[in-house]
Parts: sequence; C-alpha cells; structure tokens
Amino acid sequence: MKAYILKRFISMIPVLLIVATIVFFLIHLIPGDPAAVILGPEATPEEVEKLREELGLNLPLYSQFFYWLIGIFQGDLGDSIYMNKPVLQAFVEHIGPTLSLALLAQAISIIIAIPIGVLAAKKQGTFVDHLFMLIAMFGMSLPSFLFGLLLMLVFGVHLQWLPAAGYQPLGAGIWEHLKYMILPAFALGMIQAAVIARMTRSSMLDILSMNYIKAAKAKGLKERVVIYKHAFRNAFIPILTILGETFGSLITGAVVTETVFNLPGIGQLVVNSIVRRDYAVIQGTILIMATTYLVLNLIIDLLYGVVDPRVRLNRK
Amino acid sequence: MVGEHLLEVKNLKTTFLTEMGSVVAVDGMSLHVDYGETLGLVGESGCGKSVTAESIMRLLDERTTKYEGEILFKGQDLLSLPEKKMVDIRGNEIAMIFQDAMTSLNPVYTIGNQIVETILTHQKVSKKEAYEKAIEMLRLTGIPSPEKRILEYPHEISGGMRQRVMIAMALSCKPSLLIADEPTTALDVTIQAQILDVINELKKELNMGVIMITHDLGVVAEVCTRVAVMYLGQVIEEAPVDNIFTNSLHPYTKGLLKSIPKIEGDRNKKLYTIEGIVPSLHNIPKGCRFAPRCSFADEQCRTQSPVLKETDGGHKVRCWHYEKIGQMEEKIDVTATS
Repeated sequence: MKAYILKRFISMIPVLLIVATIVFFLIHLIPGDPAAVILGPEATPEEVEKLREELGLNLPLYSQFFYWLIGIFQGDLGDSIYMNKPVLQAFVEHIGPTLSLALLAQAISIIIAIPIGVLAAKKQGTFVDHLFMLIAMFGMSLPSFLFGLLLMLVFGVHLQWLPAAGYQPLGAGIWEHLKYMILPAFALGMIQAAVIARMTRSSMLDILSMNYIKAAKAKGLKERVVIYKHAFRNAFIPILTILGETFGSLITGAVVTETVFNLPGIGQLVVNSIVRRDYAVIQGTILIMATTYLVLNLIIDLLYGVVDPRVRLNRK
Repeated sequence: MVGEHLLEVKNLKTTFLTEMGSVVAVDGMSLHVDYGETLGLVGESGCGKSVTAESIMRLLDERTTKYEGEILFKGQDLLSLPEKKMVDIRGNEIAMIFQDAMTSLNPVYTIGNQIVETILTHQKVSKKEAYEKAIEMLRLTGIPSPEKRILEYPHEISGGMRQRVMIAMALSCKPSLLIADEPTTALDVTIQAQILDVINELKKELNMGVIMITHDLGVVAEVCTRVAVMYLGQVIEEAPVDNIFTNSLHPYTKGLLKSIPKIEGDRNKKLYTIEGIVPSLHNIPKGCRFAPRCSFADEQCRTQSPVLKETDGGHKVRCWHYEKIGQMEEKIDVTATS
C-alpha cells in the first residue's frame, strides 16, 4: 500500500513537469510587459528597462524558465511581481473562498443529485424519470455564470434574502460566511448535480439489471434493501470517479463563479494576475492546482478499494 | 391425489408489455409440485421455463408484466398477494437458485454477509446465531472450512463453490419449495454431478418440492420424478420421468430425446436435429405451436390448437395425433428390425 502510494507520487513528477513547461511558455506568449503594467502609462522607456533588469525579465526566456524550475525544486514558487510577496503566500491568502465554494458546491450537488439519480432509475420510464432527466439536461446546458447571475438577480436583488455578491471569511462567523457562499455554491453545485444525477441514474440502471439484484430480490429482501444495499454500493463505483472529476474541476473551474460573485478566491487571483502579467503567480497557482488534481485522483483511486473489494490492494 | 399440492399453477399466462406491443411468454401453463418430489421443466432456450419460475416468485418487473391465472402455494394464490406478503415468502418458503452463479452473488459483500442477510430477514435470531447457521449451511453443501470461506468475497472462490454458496443461501431458511433454474449449466461436468447430489440430499432432508429447470435431459434422468416439457410458452407433454424416456408421445419430446448425442454409434453420422427454428414470441403460429416444425402436421394441426390431454397414469400430451404417430412409429420399428 505504502509502496503503491509512493509510486503514484513519483509518477506525478513527469506530469507536473509537462504542466509547468506548457504553462510557462503559454503565459509568456501573451503580449504585454509586467514592468510597463506596474509603472503605468506615464513611465519612460528607461524606467521600464531598469525595472525589467531588476525583475530578471531581460534574460532570455529559456534561462528564466530554468531559474523558475530550480526554484520549484527548492520549494520556492517565486515572488509576485505586482503584490511584492511570495506566490505561496498569495495562494494561501486566496484559497479560503475557493475551498469553501468547492466543498459547499460538491455537498449541494451530492445531496441533490444522488437521490434524484436513484429515484429516476427506480422509476425508469415514468413521468418522474423523464422530468428529472429533462431538468438535468437543462442544468447541464446552462452555463454556471448565467445561472449565477439569475440566482443573484432573484435572491440577491429582488427578494433580497441573501447578499448578491461579496465575501466574509469563516472567521466572521459561520452564518455570516454561509450567507455569502450559498448563492455561488448553488450556482456551481447545481450544474455539477446535473452531471452526477445523470451518471447515478445510468449506473443504477446498469446495476439493477444484474443477476445479483434479481437474486437479492429472490431472497425476500425488501425493495429498499435491494436498492440501497445491493444496487447502490455497486453503482457508486463509477459515481465515485465522476465525483473525483467534478471536485477537481470545482476547485480549478470556480474562476467564472468567483468572478461573477466577486469572491476573492484563487480564480480571482489568477484572472487578476493575468491582467497584471504577474507571471510567477499564474505559473505557481496553476502548478499547485495541477498537483491538487493529481492528489485528488490518487485519493479517489484509494477510495475504490474501500467500496470495491475486487480492487483492494494487498488484502490478506 | 386428494388434498392440495405444495404448488399448483393453474392456467398461468405471463404477458410482457413492451414498446413493440405485448408478448405472451407463458400461455396457459399448468403444473403442480408435491412435497419431496422433483419436477423437471424442460425445453429449448426461450420456451418460457425461466419466465415460469420468475412468475412463481413474482420477480418480474410488475410495471411491464401482467400475470393471469392462479399460482396456488399451500393453497394461497400468490398472484393476489400484496408485495409486502410476497416478500415474506420469497427466500423463506420458496427459494431460487439461478443459472449463473458467477454473477448471482453481489461482488461487494462477503459470502457470509449475503447468507446471514437472508437468515436475518426471515428469522428472529441474533447475528451470531445467523453466522453459525450460515456456516452450518455451507458445511452441508460440502464447502471445506466454511468458517474461513464465510469471510471471503465472491471473486475469491470458484464457480462451483459459488453455486454451493447460492444453494446454502437458498436453503438457509428451510424453504418448502426450491426452484433451481439451470443450476448446473455454467459448471464443469464433474462439478455438475456434485451439485445435483447436494440438491438431492437436501431435498430428502428437508422434504422440499423442487422444480428443476434445465435443457439437459441427462439432469432430468438423474434427479427428476416427473417432467413437464415446454415449447413456446406452453407445456406440451407431462409425465413421470420413466414414461418420458421410454414412451414419449409428443413429436417434439421424441425429437429432443433423439437429439441427445450417443457415445456408441457411428461418429460420422450427422446428429439428429429438429427441423426449423423456434418461432419468435411475436409471431406465434396458429393452431398447434409446433406444427411448422412437425413432420406429422396436417390441416387440423395448422388451424386448431390442441389441449393438454391426460392419457393414462398422469401422462399428459398436447397433440392431435399422438395415437396415430405412436402406431406409425411401431410399424417403422418393425420394418427396421425385420
């Protein structure tokens, strides 16, 4: 088990190297100069050139890349040019809202989607099934920013039940924090819920046609036990994959929602950094995101063993 | 026989409501099983054997299935029971073993968990007692070191072992009727015999009635006391097992018996086959259902459906011309031997 986890961690290195390379060169393809952005339109070319030298931007691209890589291996993601602090610090300052948003959205999507998926499968072909799947289809086609804006308009502006945008950290009190998180979490979670509900339904339908379900019914088990004990645990295996993927994309893909609701999360950090051409922040943040995604995948793979005895490692 | 049978199916008709219209999978099925006897249910794939079994257990999806007729179990009509009552009968009074033991056990629970679950569902015993019972049942089916096996998952044991587990599970609540749906089809020949022995032994011990569904006439000869032969959703012949092998009346049964490959005899000779294929349930022939494939069929066979008629000694046949066919064959036999 330990050897397996170690192996998985080692195999992440080449993936992350590729991500680092792509991100670095892609960012530097964007026209614009951080020194000019920092100094503003009034600055003279001499001043800009002087700042470029200070920031190391006058070096050839490959040596900049090289220095950055060496830094990473030493655990140093570099400093933000614009904010004048280490990238890691900037990241930690912004992770709160993103993590909270992702967790809440995931919780909302699971709570809504899984019962709906199971119910739709149980009532396959009926009105209930068609209605839920129609809503899910609608949810999948709706962009999250549009849904976010609609929620904001209805609950924030017209009904004024919740603040339309902004953020309060958890330190300000749970309710205070949740008040600002509910709308964005719903905007993001409902879209995920659509994906998960459809997956749950089709996975349950697959399992419900299995022989062991018929055998379970023949044992005299109640429908509830057949569905929740025998079918659901098997159906959950592919659902787990989807949950891992959606959670990963929630963390990395909250950019739009954060922008719409003006949450000071990672999404906002990245978007602002792109505008400012703050190379180190963009590169560092994306690299951390990629790592998170890979670690999440590993966790999901380890969870398979918990749900499915057939993939359990070193059982004995 | 006076008094009631353990199970009596009267005129069962099972209809599937599909998108392409309704399909009658079992049509006018009647049979009975007594305590301690094994009824063989024989026929080709798709003739309605499994549907009959699953109708008795009411396992089919009742939103798309319509049952007509009566299924009297200990005098009580199962078809009129609410699902709540049916749950108490399944696995408790009537148990079933399925064809494919490889896929009939839930892969994510231990064997013990799955047997104990059945016991706990139907009996008021503690978890510990249920586990002891499960181990006892596994031992009865001939599984070595059951106290170890009980902690294993289905993928960790062989196909034969899994079928034994299914039997242990089915019999754990001492049912009065066991329906075995091709229990040996997916197994090696050597394992087949062992499994049949296990079923036979436990049948005697529990005095159960058994319905043995199979397409293997070897299995029938081995374990059955009576046989019902099915064709396209109907019983076409029913008789005590010896009668079926020595004095079958229906041309289809005769065909089935002739199709068994024999060890002695000419290897270069082609195996006997019944002409044609089983028609689709969407397109059931008028008159006798076997007429299109029967070499004795005449105009009457093609237009009027025969009824299941009792000849003598519990022998029943659904054929217009069984007497004539019998006489004709005698003549052929005489000319062949002289």
